[in-house]
Amino acid sequence: MAQKELLKVNHLKQYFPIKGGFFGRTVNHVKAVDDVSFEIYEGETLSVVGESGCGKSTTGRAILRLDDPTEGTIEFDGEDLLSLSKREMRNRRKDIQVIFQDPYASLNPRQTVAKILTEAMEIQNVVPKNKRRERAIELLETVGLNAEQIDRYPHEFSGGQRQRVGIARALAVEPKLIVCDEAVSALDVSVQAQVLNLLKKLQREFNLTFLFIAHDLGVVRHISDRVAVMYLGKVVEIADKKSLFENPQHPYTKALLSAIPTPDPENKKERIVLKGDVPSPIDPPTGCRFHTRCPFATDLCKQDIPELRNLDHMEEGHRAACHHIEKIVSGDMKPNY
Amino acid sequence: MSEEIILDIKDLRTSFFTEDVEVKAVDGVSFKLPKGKTIGIVGESGSGKSITALSILRLLEHPGKIVGGEINFKDKDLTKASDREIRDIRGNEISMIFQEPMTSLNPVYTVGQQIRETLKVHQGLGKEQGTKKGVELLELVGIPSPKKRITQYPHELSGGMRQRVMIAMALACNPELLIADEPTTALDVTIQAQILEIINDLQDRFDMSVIMITHDMGVVAETCDYVAVMYGGKVVEYADVKTIFKEPKHPYTVGLLNSIPRHDVDVDELEPIRGNVPSPNDMPKGCRFAPRCPFATDLCYEELPSLDKVSDDNQVRCWIYSERWDGDPEVKVNGPERTS
Repeated sequence: MAQKELLKVNHLKQYFPIKGGFFGRTVNHVKAVDDVSFEIYEGETLSVVGESGCGKSTTGRAILRLDDPTEGTIEFDGEDLLSLSKREMRNRRKDIQVIFQDPYASLNPRQTVAKILTEAMEIQNVVPKNKRRERAIELLETVGLNAEQIDRYPHEFSGGQRQRVGIARALAVEPKLIVCDEAVSALDVSVQAQVLNLLKKLQREFNLTFLFIAHDLGVVRHISDRVAVMYLGKVVEIADKKSLFENPQHPYTKALLSAIPTPDPENKKERIVLKGDVPSPIDPPTGCRFHTRCPFATDLCKQDIPELRNLDHMEEGHRAACHHIEKIVSGDMKPNY
Repeated sequence: MSEEIILDIKDLRTSFFTEDVEVKAVDGVSFKLPKGKTIGIVGESGSGKSITALSILRLLEHPGKIVGGEINFKDKDLTKASDREIRDIRGNEISMIFQEPMTSLNPVYTVGQQIRETLKVHQGLGKEQGTKKGVELLELVGIPSPKKRITQYPHELSGGMRQRVMIAMALACNPELLIADEPTTALDVTIQAQILEIINDLQDRFDMSVIMITHDMGVVAETCDYVAVMYGGKVVEYADVKTIFKEPKHPYTVGLLNSIPRHDVDVDELEPIRGNVPSPNDMPKGCRFAPRCPFATDLCYEELPSLDKVSDDNQVRCWIYSERWDGDPEVKVNGPERTS
């Protein structure tokens, strides 16, 4: 791909200390994100998927610098975001915006939509004062709301409409990258489809780049160009959407895909049911973190952490972190359920 | 259907009364459930699917009230049963599991104490027998080291484990009917797969009937025999599971199926249903779906259609299939054309 890298995450680690003991010392860490690297190209949508506790939201928060990462670098447009001062970072947020899952919690209930939108413009000073209201109306129309709704409060809107207000606010400062953290998860399916279509339309119109954090793989297949699968703080597989969904390599990705119920009663597929739960990120398993639930696990998996790698039978850019990809593909290794 | 019908709901109506206003949450729901089968009740928020379930067990909280209809469970009308009779049925013959296992388990009692309580109330088992049966039940729902788990508190268990404990408690008295209200919505997909497998497996083993309430059409396709699609407090379509997915008749069912982003097929653009889910205290007068329906005519806005049989395996509440349809006679409600 000859595209420009807009965001590059290198060896990102985010450990949260656990305080305890007599003097409130740090007794251990929650390794929420543990050595994650990926890049996002301009104008594309990269989705990060995984189950609860895999570190996908923490990764998003680190990029926005809502938390301070423990280690690693995050390059945005060639500049390391982690070395910026608070003030510089505030200016940078003009380029990086976020849409959260819960539109009820992320809009101030005491501000009208006009205030919510113009405040964003004011902070980043993107529109001259006398033009702001006009611009706010324009934004509302862009996201499919009416100009008359501008003086209403968030509670007067339905969930889907509120999420549209959240999108309008993110757009108000003309960002380059928008982090969508479970942006459609709380919506009913019929409304969710509207918002997904809107996001796709806006991306085309404004050449936006999305980092899309989600757990619903149907949504992810619909919106993404590329997908990264996370498990317990690590990326286990990353690939083009098509390649990932049609030719998954990592045993976890396979299990995850097979676990989704398909809305088609005549096409019941073979299901890989994983044993047990996701282990705790406080004391994650040694070696490959998936080995405790993996049907192919060997002693090697318990000792060595597998690296993301690309093999000949995989498409370019498709990488998976598993010791046994070759043997699983050739059929030399059989799953042990 | 020549099978034995275990549950027959006729024109159930449940309302909430607030400040002189009657909010009709469930407004004329009817369906039959044959023994040993699963019916899925699907719908979006506010469609009345959960209230239907709560009505069956008479678990409605004030100001909710059943205002009409019949709930016939094995020839007994539950709407007319005394409080005592209902209490005997709850947990014994009909059990329920909820979406959020953390709020349905008591945090200050161990898993064992809570299972034993169920067994004591319903079967009069003492402490020792109760613990023994409890361990068996936990084993049945696939909890590893049940002897240790039974002494733990709910917060020591993961979400999937808690839901298993709920299922174990619900099954304690071998119920004939299990009502599962969004049992897997709060769980991750890999855990959801485990839980659905357990429910399916136990249903086969004990010939249990199940009402599966969900908003996920995928879960419906995998677990149900029959489906009732609800919208605005009414059943808008009722059919067996294959018919619903292959030949959906109601424009809402079609819209719902077309809105789902699929993980197994590529779709360029989703076809969402326009507008928003109506609020229960501001329901359209005619067909509840009319304001969002691409085919709606004046008739749809004015008068409510009835739930009529359109074929042997399908009932639909829509004017298009009646003789009074005054819109385009050629109108075709297209099912999902996406196949893998």
